[in-house]
Amino acid sequence: MSDTLVLLDHATDGSLRAPVRELVTIARDLPGAVRGVWVADGAEPSPATIAELGVLGVTHVHRLVADGDLHVAAALAAGLATLLAETGAHLVLAVSTFENKEAAGHLAVASGAAVVTDVDSVVWSDERLVAGKTVFAGTWTTSTAVRTPLAVITVKPNSVPVTDAPEPVTPQVGDHAVALDAGVGRVRLVERTEQPASDRPDLTSAHVVVVGGRGTEGDFSSVEELADVLGGAVGATRVATDEGWIGHEAQIGQTGVTISPRLYIGAGVSGAVHHRGGMQASGTIVAVNSDPDAPIFEIADFGVVGDLRTVLPQAAAELRRLKG
Amino acid sequence: MRWKVAAVRRTEPFAPASVADGNVPGVRIVVCVKHVPDIQSDRSLGATCRTVRDGGDGTLNELDENALEAALSLVEAAGEGEVVVLTVGPDDAVDAVRKGLQMGADEAVHVVDDAIAGSDAIGTARVLAAAIRHLGGADLVVTGMAGLDGLTSVVPSALAALLDVPALPLAAELVLDGSTVRVTRHLDRVTEVLEADLPALVSVTDQANEPRYPNFKGIMAARKKPVTTLALADLGLDADQVGEAGARTEVLEAAPRPVREDRVLVHDTGDAGVRLAAYLVENQLV
Repeated sequence: MSDTLVLLDHATDGSLRAPVRELVTIARDLPGAVRGVWVADGAEPSPATIAELGVLGVTHVHRLVADGDLHVAAALAAGLATLLAETGAHLVLAVSTFENKEAAGHLAVASGAAVVTDVDSVVWSDERLVAGKTVFAGTWTTSTAVRTPLAVITVKPNSVPVTDAPEPVTPQVGDHAVALDAGVGRVRLVERTEQPASDRPDLTSAHVVVVGGRGTEGDFSSVEELADVLGGAVGATRVATDEGWIGHEAQIGQTGVTISPRLYIGAGVSGAVHHRGGMQASGTIVAVNSDPDAPIFEIADFGVVGDLRTVLPQAAAELRRLKG
Repeated sequence: MRWKVAAVRRTEPFAPASVADGNVPGVRIVVCVKHVPDIQSDRSLGATCRTVRDGGDGTLNELDENALEAALSLVEAAGEGEVVVLTVGPDDAVDAVRKGLQMGADEAVHVVDDAIAGSDAIGTARVLAAAIRHLGGADLVVTGMAGLDGLTSVVPSALAALLDVPALPLAAELVLDGSTVRVTRHLDRVTEVLEADLPALVSVTDQANEPRYPNFKGIMAARKKPVTTLALADLGLDADQVGEAGARTEVLEAAPRPVREDRVLVHDTGDAGVRLAAYLVENQLV
């Protein structure tokens, strides 16, 4: 089996998005070398980033350079198709984001690749790629084999613990110009606004997420306090975002952000099935709700029937005390 | 309603579908919908690792209601045009397009063929693309953001690629201005405005609008609207291009996840916060 291309999602300052490290960890256990793909979108990999990729075992960093906007999914897919052909790689691994899944759809049509999205494992078994994923709001687990020579697979954040390569390498950095055909240019990117960086970790890749729901009645202060003590991100239910208590980008659920942190804490969250679809794969689930019949208690590892306005601050104070 | 619809100003036809048709001067929109197991029901995968779709708990994918609402709003704002609702699936799936007719779509198309069973996302997109071509094309194809069964969300971009039209996915706002379609979409950390000339494909999110409920008049009118049934042969597709035979992936195993054990439920008597903190420390979660 030949090499794997790992799409190196990065921030505007050139630092890697955290889940990329998981992709490299997964790719290293597959046959062939691990090659990184850096979309040259203005942000460049710093020497520290290149060094980090070397420690992770990435042998090549391919800078994709195009005369069009590679943030358009069809353009990114065209770039990846070019690289697959040039490097002879047989697999593209990308973080499960909406943009990457869009590109996966285009790439599948352009290259004949199989697509598997939102997986939590990829292994090489009996001479083929096998991906594991949970479906139906995390209630079923499946394993899916790839039947084609090429594949594009997107992996959910927090799927595997990150490890370094046994031996660090020095990645070779090279440019690859992508010629975009006229069709790709039909989508015009009129405006792109990056939201300012928050002090809290990204929702999708955070190890701890504290989520506020209807029970907060719009007061997220105790949710934020507990999140900050735990170094976690703040999420919300659809009700909370629809009420305007917090931005829509914080919505966890089947139509919002899908998260699978090590620790999920739901405060005033009822646990409607739409919400569960976006969080049920979390490691440990804690729920605080005043309604003992709330469905979230059916899936909670640790449930508290009580008022979040007293329970959360008390937990935060105790954690601060224990930390000293 | 957050839906924004600009006046549709069309001075000349721009897609072959409408030109050939002649009777429909407005925009022609095909909405792709899916019949899925109700997410409130106990969903399962059967012996062949396929979704159990005959449990009687099937429904129009909720997210496709947003797609229908978007299409209907555009045509209403323009004062002319037509909405065709299209689905691919087993016999029961006709319920999904009937719901679309009740909401106000003008006609319905149901592609049903035993050979389609077991299709992956690309196979499904291939059937949809062939059906849209068979129908004479469209000025605009609208889909929901995902199916609430597989949640793959790959079909819209694959379908656009197969139809060779620009894709504007995940629209939270949608404007049709003459022959230009413009969407605003909110992604993780980024807001984008994309535009393209028709013909194009748009997928809309559940933030885009509040789907209407079919009223009595709509339900009665739907009974008189046509539902066309097509098979693979009608679309010029071979059985080995779709379904399990044409799938690029194969589900090897499927199993329900075990129920979590050692679960704790505490009724707060004044120290639940302290006990929560202790639980997190004991389980090395802090």
